[in-house]
Amino acid sequence: MYGASVDEVKQDGAEDPQKLAEFEARIARGEKIEPGDWMPADYRKQLIRMISQHAHSEIVGMLPEGAWITRAPSLKRKLILLAKVQDEAGHGQYLYHAAETLGISREEMVDMLLTGAAKYSNIFNYPTLNWADIGTIGWLVDGAAIMNQTMLARCSYGPYSRAMVRICMEENFHKKQGQEQVILLSQGTPEQRKMMQDAITRWWWPTLMMFGPHDTDSPNSPLLVRWGIKTRSNDELRQDFVNQMAPDLMALGLTLPDPDLKYNEASGNWEFGEIDWDEFWRVVKGDGPLNADRMAARRKAHEDGQWVREALAAYAEKQQALN
Amino acid sequence: MDSKLNASLAEYLTALGDDELVLAQRDAEWCGHAPILEEDIAFANLAVDELGHARTWYELAAELLSEDRGRFPDHLAYFRDAAEWRCVQLVTLPRGDWAFTLLRRYFFDVLEVLRLEGLKSSGYAPLAEAAAKIYNEELYHVRHGKAWLPRLGRGTEESHARMQAALTQLWPYTAQMFLPLPGEAPLVAAGIAPETAGLEAGWWAAIEAALAAADLRAPEKFIPVTRPRSQQTEHLMGLLSEMQMLARANPQARW
Repeated sequence: MYGASVDEVKQDGAEDPQKLAEFEARIARGEKIEPGDWMPADYRKQLIRMISQHAHSEIVGMLPEGAWITRAPSLKRKLILLAKVQDEAGHGQYLYHAAETLGISREEMVDMLLTGAAKYSNIFNYPTLNWADIGTIGWLVDGAAIMNQTMLARCSYGPYSRAMVRICMEENFHKKQGQEQVILLSQGTPEQRKMMQDAITRWWWPTLMMFGPHDTDSPNSPLLVRWGIKTRSNDELRQDFVNQMAPDLMALGLTLPDPDLKYNEASGNWEFGEIDWDEFWRVVKGDGPLNADRMAARRKAHEDGQWVREALAAYAEKQQALN
Repeated sequence: MDSKLNASLAEYLTALGDDELVLAQRDAEWCGHAPILEEDIAFANLAVDELGHARTWYELAAELLSEDRGRFPDHLAYFRDAAEWRCVQLVTLPRGDWAFTLLRRYFFDVLEVLRLEGLKSSGYAPLAEAAAKIYNEELYHVRHGKAWLPRLGRGTEESHARMQAALTQLWPYTAQMFLPLPGEAPLVAAGIAPETAGLEAGWWAAIEAALAAADLRAPEKFIPVTRPRSQQTEHLMGLLSEMQMLARANPQARW
């Protein structure tokens, strides 16, 4: 699962104008760019940034849900959740491989995550405080990620686009499982309904933030659009999401924490209130509820696993010496 | 089968399910924290398999006791106190490091394969069918462990020392794995389940070879754990209180 990133595109290097023109003509014709093809340095850089952020999000995203595997309230839910978190690890692995086709190693990418040089989706800096959060993450957070990823499945870089097609299929499954949970809990015992409402109240706004800043505050997006990496804007995707989710959630008797939310018959859109952008930037800059915890957990796993990775390398070397 | 034999088999299967569920719960603790990403994937998968096996054993027990096949497994998992569990102490021990985790799994998986070989020809057809299916999955588990053991045992000085320490810590608990399971005697007599004590020689042969390949030595002096499965560790209580917390707080709820 992953939402839109904060785009920070700077065109620094001067590219050969003829090659650049050919490259952009290929994209305009809808051709896919493949690993060995010529590409502008900035295109490569942007893709590495986006794909690695996406991979990191899958990995960090295992933590909030993983915390509930041991507490899942039935064997069936425990199985579903375990399988879902396993899928996320698989997505991370798949995406790291996609990024590697651009000339960066997994070790370098992991290092950038652990030193804080690379980002991951803001949403995972929020805590999972009750069981209903699991269904909510499945339906809302994965649902938001799917909107972004469906767009990326059409992106111009072949390996990323193909990874997205596969990942979206699995994410759709997670979304359905999440939806099933939200429906069940919202119609369950008073305690279940209460935990469901609490989860929706806490996750609604952070989910809308997953689509990234307003288009007007995302000045570099046009370049990503021209290069076929992004094909729709943050605000368009966010509006589609609200149109899809708001009526479904309200139909279940759930209250969305937005007094300004209303349907506009003329536009056919569900209009919503202003996102708390101060909160958004605060979390981006590291001051979210759990940024420090999430990074500490990743660093601990990495440090605790150091001796294992060293043993694997040493063993491989010894085996090679024997052959 | 008469009702007495049914009750024995249900008891036996519940103990098997308890082993699997508690081990799955421990392995699931690695989810998101494994030393390499590939093992996050592998361990989640191992835990999914064991959970599935636990559910299968509990469902068979439900049928034998004329209980609801859908609900009884959750009842067993979520509404029994520690004193009612019949898992071996080995699976209840805290997660430990990667060496401990892999070695524990390997000890458990090798025995499981041997027991399943016997259960595949059980005189109780539903059990034989389930065992055949589970057996195929367990072969992969053993293969996974077998690939790791020499890598850690012969990797670096540190990895060797950690493996040796894990072996020393785990070894006494393996003795308890070969005590008869609850309800076992009449099942062995009726050709429904293999005798657990009879699996020890095959287990030891496999483990001896695996330890030698990993340059590890089982301790010579140790006090074997031979307490019955009805005597549980404190570790199990902690594990259950976390696992059962939500279900017990809302006993009427459906999830």
